Amino acid sequence: MLLVHIKRIIRSGFFNFFRNGFVSFSSVLVMLVTLFVIGSVIFSSAVLNSTLETLKDKVDIRVTFVTTASEQEILNLKDKLEALPEVETVSYTSREEALVIFKERHGDDQLILQALEELGDNPLGSSLNIKAKEPSQYESVANFLQNEEFLSGGGVSIIDKINFFQNKTAIDKLSNIIDSSEKLGFIITIVLVIMSILITFNTIRLAIYISRDEISVMKLVGADSSYIRGPFVVSGILYGLFAAILTLLLFLPMTLWLGDMAKRFFVSFNAFDYYMSNFLEIFAIIIVSGVVIGAISSYLASRRYLK
Amino acid sequence: MIYFDRVSKTYSDATPALHDITLGIEPAEFVSIVGHSGAGKTTLLKMLLAEEAPTSGKVFLQSIDIHSLRRREMIYYRRRIGIIFQDFRLLSHKTVYENVSFAMEAAGRTDKEIESDVPHVLELVDLGKKFWSFPNELSGGEKQRVAIARAIVNQPDIVIADEPTGNLDPLNTFEIIQILKKINDFGTIVILTTHNKGIIDSLGKRVISMEEGKIIRDSKEGRYVL
Repeated sequence: MLLVHIKRIIRSGFFNFFRNGFVSFSSVLVMLVTLFVIGSVIFSSAVLNSTLETLKDKVDIRVTFVTTASEQEILNLKDKLEALPEVETVSYTSREEALVIFKERHGDDQLILQALEELGDNPLGSSLNIKAKEPSQYESVANFLQNEEFLSGGGVSIIDKINFFQNKTAIDKLSNIIDSSEKLGFIITIVLVIMSILITFNTIRLAIYISRDEISVMKLVGADSSYIRGPFVVSGILYGLFAAILTLLLFLPMTLWLGDMAKRFFVSFNAFDYYMSNFLEIFAIIIVSGVVIGAISSYLASRRYLK
Repeated sequence: MIYFDRVSKTYSDATPALHDITLGIEPAEFVSIVGHSGAGKTTLLKMLLAEEAPTSGKVFLQSIDIHSLRRREMIYYRRRIGIIFQDFRLLSHKTVYENVSFAMEAAGRTDKEIESDVPHVLELVDLGKKFWSFPNELSGGEKQRVAIARAIVNQPDIVIADEPTGNLDPLNTFEIIQILKKINDFGTIVILTTHNKGIIDSLGKRVISMEEGKIIRDSKEGRYVL
């Protein structure tokens, strides 16, 4: 009997949805906006994260060594650094490689090439490029380098220079920007989502208000609250479902058009690829959001007329 | 079977809508209640329907004080009463058939019972050809007949008709009253409120006259006298 009861409620909800065409249409539209906002938030945060990762990647510490430092000593240091928990990767550039790179970079500058000839010997030292896991950790790596006594046989430090401190202000600024962006993004997200939900709730409440006479008749005829409220909740879920499907469809041409954002926004993020590869998760989030918002809005909105 | 025991109702603006009403109605009675607007007819019905509670006094159905019922029991109580209104109060988004079947669904009846009872009761009120029409496609008389069908489909003990012919022409009025008489012949209590002198005189049944919240006359074979 319970099954029949539920079947009747679902059937009634479906009928209400299709018979109240215009009301359903506006409710679906409003939900569409809400879900679109949620979807945009997902994409925006993905773009932000991707950008931040890219930027983080470009920051590093370069340690240049004196020309007399032996390769073995340098490689020892490399091992020590890699053992540090903050360090992501360390890459070694030998003196010879450095010279080749230098010559390529300044290939057009005759003056510099001539100066090199005059010097005779390779003036460049080997270097280690250190990447930390988080920009905030570079400081401790730099301190490590300063505190350890890296001496060669002659008791002289093998480190020529560390170019972290020159970049420190830049790195600090970057850390701050990243933190603030994340916090701001989070707050904006919450505000937008709440606003959208409130608007959706109001629209659904209007739809139920329009049916208030019918609700009082149903009460008079002896229907209990689940029987009166049930169809509205089902309609609400349908609004959510339809809106979710439309939203997902809408994102297809949009992400395709935004496409390769590298050209427009100097960001290495392809919106369409992201959408496709994460489709299942985005699908789940949007559909669940739609259904939940629709169901809860309808349930709360119908309470008023069921006292 | 129905007993009003010194029922009074005063609304918040201090006007007494009902004043010390004591009244009994037997099974299978046909009772008409007449009076000017504001006499208290509708308030009396509201007391019986438990739509509102009396300020003092009690209303009994077969010795049960209906205002002491809890919500769950109240729903079962309401299903024992069929109601018809002047403004029909049909569900505008449901067809004729669905309007009547809704009353049965709300009462938790099975699909099989619905499939057999709904057509039967719609035939009774002569709407056999209009199952799938919507209320806005029907005339006033037809709408009221749907309302009656809905009111009786769950075989209630009592049928209340609150000015059922107020919006109808004389011919439809006559038909509706005939249907109500038929229902009463089957043993259901019918309580009718009306302004219409012609109906009262032609019925020759019990008439209760109300004025300013009091019963001023109660005659077994009444005529319309105010």
